[in-house]
Amino acid sequence: MIATGVASLDPALAAAASHPGFLSPTGVEIAFVLVGIATLGAALVTVTTRQLVHAALWLIVALGGLAVEYLLLTAEFIAWVQVLIYVGSVVVLLLFGLMLTRAPIGRSPDADSENRWTALAVAVAAAGTLVWVVVDAFRTTWIELDGPAQGSTEATGSFLFRHWVLPFEALSVLLLAALVGAIVLSRRGRETAPGATAPRASAPGANAPRATAPREDKR
Amino acid sequence: MHLAYPAVLAALLFCTGLYGVLARRNAILVLMSVELMLNAVNLNLVAFDVWLRDALHSGQALTLFTIAIAAAEIGIGLAIVLAVYRNRASSDIDRLRDTAETDEAEELPDDPDDESDAEAPEDQATAPAGKAKKAEATA
Repeated sequence: MIATGVASLDPALAAAASHPGFLSPTGVEIAFVLVGIATLGAALVTVTTRQLVHAALWLIVALGGLAVEYLLLTAEFIAWVQVLIYVGSVVVLLLFGLMLTRAPIGRSPDADSENRWTALAVAVAAAGTLVWVVVDAFRTTWIELDGPAQGSTEATGSFLFRHWVLPFEALSVLLLAALVGAIVLSRRGRETAPGATAPRASAPGANAPRATAPREDKR
Repeated sequence: MHLAYPAVLAALLFCTGLYGVLARRNAILVLMSVELMLNAVNLNLVAFDVWLRDALHSGQALTLFTIAIAAAEIGIGLAIVLAVYRNRASSDIDRLRDTAETDEAEELPDDPDDESDAEAPEDQATAPAGKAKKAEATA
């Protein structure tokens, strides 16, 4: 009985013993932790700074740090996609948005709302719970980073276009819809109103100008 | 590499984004925090994909899809923020209270720290005429 109990406990102990512990980190782990600390610090500055443009610039640091983490996890293609899409376009879009809404340069005292302390309590509680659960669940789990890279461009293209073609194409349709929607939403009403009323008068059967023109007239 | 490192980093990044979404007032800063939360999810997906060595590589494929959807989301979100800014001359989400049901919630939080040029058309558009004028402005 005792022997079977020990044997049932054994796999976890053996797994913990056969792998390196926290006290003998590898170089990849040290690099991961250091970059992770920098990423987390940049993210914290992003959500707490009172200068809006600085928040966007610190977001670049956070997203670039995440790209380095992807590289350390051998997901090369995703790392470069992260750099291209997030650092290259999303942050630029955010900066454009900040400029177009005439965000104040310099400190703005009303960047945070009144429920800051409630938000802090919720975030700290969620962080404590999540970290506790995650550490408790994956204490004895190690990632094997050796062997062929699992996220190289060749491997990514292979699995993306061999197994994920249909979601890929559906996603391109979604991107097209988002593009059209963004253009429709951000079109200025006053400038297009004279152009929109003319085809409505000439072609009363057309549906699309009819649906959008009264909305633009009210603006 | 220990799996706890990326998992803990993702959890902390997610909670940082959660704080930003709840505490920020400018709509664009809220969008930045949403990006942080999405990136935390991406890090989890990549880490678990590398750990499990899935034959289909579901984690990495879903990460790419999440990145694309996040790009679409940020485009649509910024278009909505710009449309609201054109109508209200403000990107302050605390002032968007058109769907509030009670009369107390209708009262706008006044903060005198705003700049005067941004304040004038905003008060003209939202404050005095109340619900009817606001509904007309967003129609």
